[in-house]
Amino acid sequence: MSTSADATHLDAAVAAPRHTPETDATTLHVRYLLSLGDDALVYAQRLGEWLTHAPQIEEDMALGNVGLDLLGQARSLLTRAGEVEGGGRDEDALAMLRDEREFRNVQLVEQPRGDFAVEMARMLWFASYQCELWSQLTSSADETLAGIAGKAVKEAVYHRDHATQWVLRLGDGTEVSRERMQAGLEAVHPYVAELGEDHEAARWAAEQGVGVLPSSLTDAVNAHVSAVLEQATLTMPDAPRWHARGGREGVHSEAMGYLLAEMQHIARSHPGATW
Amino acid sequence: MQSPRGLRPPCTPRPRGAAPLTDDLLARVEREVRLVPDPEIPVITIDDLGVIRNVERTGPGLRVTITPTYSGCPAMSAMEDAVVAVGRRAGVPVEVVTRLAPAWTTDWMSEQGRTALRRFGIAPPTGERAHATGPVGLTLHRRVVVCPHCGSEDTEEVARFGSTACKALRRCRSCREPFDEFKTI
Repeated sequence: MSTSADATHLDAAVAAPRHTPETDATTLHVRYLLSLGDDALVYAQRLGEWLTHAPQIEEDMALGNVGLDLLGQARSLLTRAGEVEGGGRDEDALAMLRDEREFRNVQLVEQPRGDFAVEMARMLWFASYQCELWSQLTSSADETLAGIAGKAVKEAVYHRDHATQWVLRLGDGTEVSRERMQAGLEAVHPYVAELGEDHEAARWAAEQGVGVLPSSLTDAVNAHVSAVLEQATLTMPDAPRWHARGGREGVHSEAMGYLLAEMQHIARSHPGATW
Repeated sequence: MQSPRGLRPPCTPRPRGAAPLTDDLLARVEREVRLVPDPEIPVITIDDLGVIRNVERTGPGLRVTITPTYSGCPAMSAMEDAVVAVGRRAGVPVEVVTRLAPAWTTDWMSEQGRTALRRFGIAPPTGERAHATGPVGLTLHRRVVVCPHCGSEDTEEVARFGSTACKALRRCRSCREPFDEFKTI
């Protein structure tokens, strides 16, 4: 994917010291909440794109509903981030008025939608990750975050189950469906590892009992996905030659700018509009 | 959203000469608040749905604590507006606060609410809820859900996501009618 020049550029962007001594607790707390909220917000935006494009009308509803759950999670998380920040930014300001480099979602969720199998592969990984994440965060020292997690975990279980059902059906289906499901898994694989990376804000949050180390969730996430793939007669893709990284630090792929342009342009064209 | 709504000032100041806030008046307003229908499923009240966690008397009126069903449920803000409107009509300031924990569960739905759903053609929540941890069922779904129209147990899932976040779509193999099922969470 990248030439060596690109890699150098990316390394510089990702490896630059971001945790200066003055990165205070509030900043890290806000960043942690944004990483959770931005994952949900950006994936909700991508899932919304499926409306009228899914293979059947029931899936239009399903993907829209999963997106709606995630949008609800994002609203709560961004509101909480704004509260902790204490600068008067509400959920709308954080969702609509931040620029690309300020978004802290993983690159997995911003990737353009592929075919339905790619989406189910992405949802299986993301929802499996969210299940483990929200289970742990129900005991967060940030009580609001714990409350959000208690609600969100029930939703994530349902999302994971939905993706599981489809991966089983497609993997253990016809020759064509199996091939395409396997291709879907291959397509998202380079973006999976980033979910388990311990970024600065997560390390701080885990130390404070506010959050959880993403790497501590990886085994359980892998276990679930592996079990599904085995049952579905699919193969876990080989370790990718490169993998996405940098999203937690605001370094995104090309798709992100287009996604934000579409998501934000109405809010930015009509500042403060209400109805 | 939790806090913006939670911090919203009580609706309107009480006008001069308004009826005094007697226990009778407050009790009547509380009754009416509990009878507010779900905007999406108007046969069930928000009290029977289990969304109302508490109603208490405050200095200037009532404080109603609610717990949302789903994070992104668009009906939640309609419910809040309806609750505030009940107070406004009676001249009693009603403040709505949102409590997230413990998370809402279909266990909080009353028997009366379940009966109302069934009569309306929606199968009330039944069966086990899914868990985030522990062994995960990897077989395709086979659950028994009773048809609210004819009572047959021979029904099948058509779609796991129905017309709202809280429902799935099923169909009865006996009477051939489609119906919504309230998901167990």
